[in-house]
This record gives sequence, C-alpha cells and structure tokens, in this order.
Amino acid sequence: MDGIHDMGGMDGFGPIPIEYDEPIFHAEWEGRVYAMNGAIGAWGKWNIDAGRYGIERMPPALYLQSSYYERWLHRTEKMMVEHGLISQAELESGTPSEGEKSQPLTMEQIIERQTRSRSARVDEEVAPKFKAGDNVLVRNIHPKGHTRVPRYVRGRKGVIDRDHGVFIFPDTNALFQGKKPQHIYSVRFDARELWGPDASAQHKLYLDLWDDYLDRA
Amino acid sequence: MSEGHDHSHLSDTELRVRALESLLTEKGLVDPDALNAIVDTYENKVGPRNGATVVAKAWTDPDFKKWLLEDATAAIGSLGFIGNQGADMVVLENTASVHNVTVCTLCSCYPWSVLGLPPVWYKSFPYRARVVKEPRAVLEEFGLELGGDVEVRVWDSTSELRYLVLPERPAGTESMSEDELVGIVTRNSMIGTEKVAAPGGDA
Repeated sequence: MDGIHDMGGMDGFGPIPIEYDEPIFHAEWEGRVYAMNGAIGAWGKWNIDAGRYGIERMPPALYLQSSYYERWLHRTEKMMVEHGLISQAELESGTPSEGEKSQPLTMEQIIERQTRSRSARVDEEVAPKFKAGDNVLVRNIHPKGHTRVPRYVRGRKGVIDRDHGVFIFPDTNALFQGKKPQHIYSVRFDARELWGPDASAQHKLYLDLWDDYLDRA
Repeated sequence: MSEGHDHSHLSDTELRVRALESLLTEKGLVDPDALNAIVDTYENKVGPRNGATVVAKAWTDPDFKKWLLEDATAAIGSLGFIGNQGADMVVLENTASVHNVTVCTLCSCYPWSVLGLPPVWYKSFPYRARVVKEPRAVLEEFGLELGGDVEVRVWDSTSELRYLVLPERPAGTESMSEDELVGIVTRNSMIGTEKVAAPGGDA
C-alpha cells in the first residue's frame, strides 16, 4: 500500500534525533511491549510480513504521532484481535471472558523462538530472471496490500549488483497467500536516476528487490 | 515532526501496556517471567559487542575478512552471532574511496543478532526519510564529513537480509590486540554513520 510508512525521500522531518548513551528501552513499558510482541508472535498465528502490514495499516496521523514501540503496541493488539487470541471486548475491558485458559508457552520455548535464527530463505530451485550486470526497470506497481518496493524506486532504472538467492515473497506472505519463492537481488541505482540532476554522481543506492518487482530494461 | 515525541503520552501508554500484560497473563497467553527474560536478553546479552567482535576479527585475520565479505552468514555464524533478525547477513566494507551506510526506510529493519536493538535515531522519521536522499547532510549531523571523491552507498534494507558495515581500521592501532580493538568499534560505525577513531585520536 502507498502508506505513510514509505518515507524514503520525504522532506520536512527535521534533524536526526541523535542521543548519546541512550538506554536500550527508554521506559519499562517499551521493554514489556517488545517482549509481549515476541512472546505472542511465538504462537505462530501470523508471520513477520503480516506483522509489518499490521503497522502499515495504522491511520497515517496516528502513525506519525506514535513512537516506535507505540506502533508495536498498536500492531500487537490489532493482530491478536484479528487472529482470535483475544476479543475486542477483552482488549477494551482488560478482563478475560469466561472460557478456557491457554497454557502459556514455556520460557524456554519463548526465548528459543525469540532469539533463534529464522531465515526467510527458501530451499527450492527457482530460476532467476536476472544476473549481475543486467539492466532492470522497477515496475510501477501500487499493490493495495503489503509490499517491500518503496515508492522512490518504482518506475526507475537500476542494475543488478548481485543475486542473493531464493526467498519468501512478502507481498503474498503478508496476506497468507503463500510464500511464492523467488530471487532477491541487490539492485544498484544512481542517485540522479532517483533524485534528479542535482544529486551527486558519487551517491549510489542499493535495495533488495524481488523478481516480481522487476522487468528487463 | 520528530520522534522527540517519543516520551509523551507515557502515563496513558503505560496503563494500556500494564492492562494488556495482565489480560494476556490471565488468559495464559504469556508468562511474565518469559517477558523478563526477553527484556534481559536484549538489555544485557545481545548487543553491539557482538558486531565489534566480528569487526576486530576481520581487522586482524585476513582469511576471516575474506570469508566475511564472501559469506557473511557463515563467517558470523562461526562466532555464534547468527540469530533473530540476523539470519542472513551481508557485510559491506568501508574503504578510503567507498563509504557504506544502512537504513530501513519502510520500517526499521536492523541486525539485532550483531548490534542488538536499534537506537531511536535509526528508527526516527528524519533518518528513514532523509539518508537515502541526502546522505552527506545526514552524515554531517553525526560529525562525519566525507571527501567529495568518496562514493557514498546507501543500503535500504527492504528484505530479510541484514547489513553490517565493516568500518576502516583507524591508523595508529597497529599495536592493539584483537580484544583491545573490540573496545574501540562503535555501534554507529557498523551502521555507517561514523568512522572508528583510534584511542585519543580523531576519526
């Protein structure tokens, strides 16, 4: 979706808020949100792409008003209701409805699932559409769902820098429509192709883009 | 609008988070001890020292450096630092003529298993919006001025690949041991927003 989250190249946000010696969490609640997100994610009701889409569907004004962990809180609440782990009534009242209690995952299960390596790589033979050095044109697409091709490269020309192999395709995975495994490439762009003639010739951009986002140029 | 906004609404949000944790605990969906353990993991165990260990080894062991640049996942895995948000790694080497810097414009993807959780600035709207378009201006805000002939490469983490920058080893550190070098590698140098300085020197 062409959402507020797709911020690359926007102006007006001001200077970078650099903070020295900053804590990992700025308040206790941030750590609790981070941990609940992981512990609830361990139930496996949704995948990482669907989770990102949960944040992207926030109303734009609310997204901009919310801090990073506030956005995570919004997502965790929304996804739990959508996937039936809690009801909207329970969320609003804070009180469990009558019914069966779940058996929580053990601490070992949760820590293992929260910290272990979870590769999005797919061990399947899929033919690549491109090879290093090929000129490509990013498709001018505007999917209504989740996508990982930012607006600032759509319709722009780049060069395949390297092939990273076969991975889950987030656009379908976020909607629980399958993994649609395909190659990801590092695609190199000249800044002038993206930002116009005033950009520096000594500025390049590299994005990880999937076969379904690209055509031969 | 910036994420200086981060610290407002605290009481409302705090109440909402407490209510949620209480609900989820009562329903048997989470175990508070497990939440404590997750917080402890990222506050105390997984952090930029992992990445600094990788960098110091690359600086002192040419074979490891070659392996790291060719197959970062395997090389980093050999040190035990492959994990959540770091399953498939790519390492980018900074040199006198090429400076790499990483971002995630769409959310805030970051290599947790080697750098821990990201700082506020990395997740901020200004950084996500600006570094792809005006990297030199952004780097100057971090105190890093690059020569006009240096190529700036900005890597936008749009996939599950996670990027770690291998900064240049500063001059004047030739006599330092690998362990000592670990201590001078900063988190920001592995994101690409600063260089590593020799102890007592300038970057």
